[in-house]
Amino acid sequence: MRIVVIGHGMVGHRFVEVLARDAAALHLNTPLDVTVLAEENRPAYDRVQLSAYFSGKTAEDLSLVDPNFFSESGFKLHLGQAAASIDRAAKIVTTKGGEQIPYDKLVLATGSYPFVPPVKGNDREECLVYRTIEDLEAMKTSATRSKIGVVVGGGLLGLEAAKALRDLGLQTHVVEFAPRLMAVQIDDGAGKLLRSKIEALGVGVHLGKNTTEIVDGETCRHRMNFADGSHLETDMILFSAGIRPRDELARSSGLSVGARGGIEIDNDCRTSDADVYAIGECALWGGRIYGLVAPGYQMAETAAHAIVASEKKKEFAGADMSTKLKLLGVDVASIGDAHAATAGARSYTYVDEPNEIYKKLVVSADGKKLLGAVLIGDTDAYGGLLQLMLNNMDLPDNAQALILPSFDGAAAPALGADALPMSAQICSCNNVSKGDICEAVAAGNLDFDSIKSCTKAASSCGGCAALVKQVVNAELEKMGVEVKKDLCEHFAYSRQELYHLCQIGEIKSFDDLLAKHGNGQHDGCDICKPAAASILASLWNEHVLKKPLARLQDTNDYFMANLQKDGTYSVVPRMAGGEVTPDGLIACGQIAKQYGLYTKLTGGQRVDLFGARKEDLPAIWQALIEAGFETGHAYGKSLRTVKSCVGSTWCRYGMLDSVGMAIVLENRYKGLRAPHKIKMAVSGCTRECAEAQGKDIGVIATEKGWNLYVCGNGGMKPRHAELFASDLDDATLIKYIDRVLMFYVKTADRLQRTSVWRDNMEGGLDYLKDVVINDSLGLCAEFEAQMQYVADTYQCEWKTAINDPETLKRFKPFINSDQADDNVQFVEVRGQIRPATPEEKAGRINVVEMA
Amino acid sequence: MMYQKICTLHDLLPELGVPALVNGEQVAIFRLKDDRVFAVSNYDPFSQANIISRGLTGNLKGFDVVASPMYKQHFVLETGACLEDEQVTLKTYAVKIDGDDVLIAA
Ligand code: SRM
Ligand SMILES: Cc1cc2nc3c(=O)[nH]c(=O)nc-3n(C[C@H](O)[C@H](O)[C@H](O)COP(=O)(O)OP(=O)(O)OC[C@H]3O[C@@H](n4cnc5c(N)ncnc54)[C@H](O)[C@@H]3O)c2cc1C
Ligand code: SF4
Ligand code: FES
Repeated sequence: MRIVVIGHGMVGHRFVEVLARDAAALHLNTPLDVTVLAEENRPAYDRVQLSAYFSGKTAEDLSLVDPNFFSESGFKLHLGQAAASIDRAAKIVTTKGGEQIPYDKLVLATGSYPFVPPVKGNDREECLVYRTIEDLEAMKTSATRSKIGVVVGGGLLGLEAAKALRDLGLQTHVVEFAPRLMAVQIDDGAGKLLRSKIEALGVGVHLGKNTTEIVDGETCRHRMNFADGSHLETDMILFSAGIRPRDELARSSGLSVGARGGIEIDNDCRTSDADVYAIGECALWGGRIYGLVAPGYQMAETAAHAIVASEKKKEFAGADMSTKLKLLGVDVASIGDAHAATAGARSYTYVDEPNEIYKKLVVSADGKKLLGAVLIGDTDAYGGLLQLMLNNMDLPDNAQALILPSFDGAAAPALGADALPMSAQICSCNNVSKGDICEAVAAGNLDFDSIKSCTKAASSCGGCAALVKQVVNAELEKMGVEVKKDLCEHFAYSRQELYHLCQIGEIKSFDDLLAKHGNGQHDGCDICKPAAASILASLWNEHVLKKPLARLQDTNDYFMANLQKDGTYSVVPRMAGGEVTPDGLIACGQIAKQYGLYTKLTGGQRVDLFGARKEDLPAIWQALIEAGFETGHAYGKSLRTVKSCVGSTWCRYGMLDSVGMAIVLENRYKGLRAPHKIKMAVSGCTRECAEAQGKDIGVIATEKGWNLYVCGNGGMKPRHAELFASDLDDATLIKYIDRVLMFYVKTADRLQRTSVWRDNMEGGLDYLKDVVINDSLGLCAEFEAQMQYVADTYQCEWKTAINDPETLKRFKPFINSDQADDNVQFVEVRGQIRPATPEEKAGRINVVEMA
Repeated sequence: MMYQKICTLHDLLPELGVPALVNGEQVAIFRLKDDRVFAVSNYDPFSQANIISRGLTGNLKGFDVVASPMYKQHFVLETGACLEDEQVTLKTYAVKIDGDDVLIAA
């Protein structure tokens, strides 16, 4: 059978995936001959996550296509080859390039295009839309030439676009025709709250505005004139005023289309031609177009079944349009009949103005069933409420308690995963039921990640992740299985759990930890020992070389220097903020000269001295300390450097004293032990010469204070830091950094940089903001106190070490001899030393090979 | 076999290693928690540096091992066998404890 698919978007790709899966399962006699025509130049990608492109996701990250999919399935994908016409009589599709492709079955998955209102001037430069990766690139480019941006349209997508503009650093406005935001999903009360929340974020909201024309601006590139006589100046305009189905091919080939567009389909997703199907946003079912991906995925499934597996059909029966979103950091959810449009419907409303929370329940006339709900500011109840409605379950006696906060013990009626029927749809994007998940667990997929990859649950919008986890955990509990996240063979705990065990049990030694929580072996290993050392150091901040801790340290920590390839070490004194006096530099030079060390400036703005023999380390440090230096912790999983640019003291553009702030930060956090190393930078203005946006903690001065960026890094997988808070004063900046870092130290996994920690954090940046800025966990006071303790108990490890004869013993070259290791040999390059290669060493020394 | 006194048990800290020179050969001596003492070559065949004595000790898969501090391969203290690469073995040295004295065969 020859199948041609037009459009390789989210739904088109899901269709071919289902087709490949079903074809494999059915062992078809004749293989399927499938051709996919894609207008875009890249394979299907995740449009739902499009905005993530601005926070560092690449086009590859967004791809939905397994790299081997087309080679393994034998299906053909023609990129950049749009279909131009369909000859239904001859059953041939002709591409723009003139190629003719015959079909037995044709599937239209052409999606939709952004609607641009017919306003005069809508085709001016920097008038953009938001649908493809190319659109995003255009936005990015435009943002570099723009100060102000306007989004036309205050619906879901418009608000998402507004966030993108804000993140691009534009002063952002939303212009909406209707009298409220998100008019489709939420009611007036919720709309008001949403508006005030969004305005509080510095985004201008203009409701009831009908744009009549766009003309040259006076202060900006454009001026938008509104019907009420008012106007708004802006440099960039982004239209997000709804979508229109791409039904042009259907129209020109005579298929039935709706009065307002959309290719008409039946419950099998068949169009008016029995051999032509339409799925996704181009399809019109029951008079409606579904602008969400989940219904599209269901259509893909239906159409694939109708084509290859006709005996076990899955009819498309409409889809639920409930949504839960984080818009500009505001939690918003809408379920079912949010406007109480059902006859006899009644509602409960709960408004908490001080905390900006709005919740509404819409129930049936007899009060027994839930019809809909709206949640703003607190959407924790979403999963439970959605299940109540979708499964037509009876409401509990005090239905209102479902949206009331719980005070003192009187817990809200919980809706545990156990209460759900097996048919309950847990993941609507991928149509995964509780039964599917339970089956997958029974088949041996015992953790969230494997459930995610085998059922696809939680792999699209992620909104169902919490519920999926609940179901998985409930199943595991029933089976008596424990979730595996063991650190190593000695501990059946994750780093985070060990951290809490040490903290709560006041455990201060590895032996104690091993005895109380280990797996019964007499010793640990090179994984758990340093992990425990780091935890104990973060918690109690004792000297890393104290005897019981010392034996847990990796060689770098044990010798407080970085091991080099030939067994020598490098020495890095701290030069906070990259600032060093001439005398300091001279001292470094003299010490390097005296001990014959190779000298180099590091990428972290300080001097590194290489080639130090173990036995010389104490003397080198003695000299450095006398010259006023401290350890730079280049060896530790701890704060490395705080890079700075020269800032307002010298630079003609500097807004604030970036060097001063970098030094304050470096001195505050030096010595803090963490799951991985931590790097920071402070730039004096937006030119960003310190590259702060590539750091775990980045600080950039603005006219009004400091902008704080978090969770970036360079290294193997660079990730830009994200803007966390703006225009902070010194004290607030430090307070926030304290909290972010302590939260990281307490909850990250072993060797997890802040970026990975952040990427794995459910709820993402907004959650982190909630914890740090709004103190949603009530932990901030503890975080700050602990950081203060770490700062107060700081000691330069090297200063302590050189005054302790016990510690000094370990630097002896041999326990029974003061002879030097003759395997350490140097040759000279550009006036300095470097380790000799084995060839250069050959003949010069005697190495002990295996007997 | 000739045994040679290298140091005292006192000089060794539990779970840690020290390097020693035995007849011109570099040897890594480890004392475990239960006071057993092992000696293997200090030369790491993977990095070609004399650093095995600076590795962390522990147990893995039932063996008492030391992890090379350079590229983290594990060597069984008793036999010198490398857990990651069966082609590689460290030379081992017999150890005798006489009172507080640690003697190594050479
Ligand atoms: C010395 C230095 C290179 C230089 O000559 O400039 C250096 C040297 C090492 N880096 Fe680095 N990194 C140095 C700056 C950087 C930078 C640049 C920066 O900090 O601005 C980066 C990228 C930025 C970042 O980390 O986000 C960098 C990313 C890495 C990574 C990858 C980290 C990642 O998350 O992907 C590693 C590997 C690791 O840590 O697991 C690494 C590991 C190492 C180690 C520790 C590898 C090792 O175990 O031997 C190197 C030994 C350091 C030594 O002997 O002193 N080094 N390394 C720099 C020391 C800076 C300092 O003053 O402390
Ligand atoms: C920024 C953004 C955020 C979104 N957020 C959400 C969300 O949170 N939740 C949600 O459920 N939905 C969301 N959506 C909607 C979701 O992306 C769409 O519902 C989904 O992409 C529809 O899939 P589709 O395959 O029908 O259309 P598309 O993904 O648009 O794919 C259609 C493809 O067909 C191609 N095509 C068109 N005509 C031709 C032709 N003649 N020949 C060849 N190829 C052709 C197009 O180029 C396109 O690549 C969002 C959309 C955007 C833009
Ligand atoms: S980039 Fe690689 S080689 Fe260079 S210093 Fe960093 S870790 Fe070493
Ligand atoms: S509901 Fe979107 S991923 Fe599950």
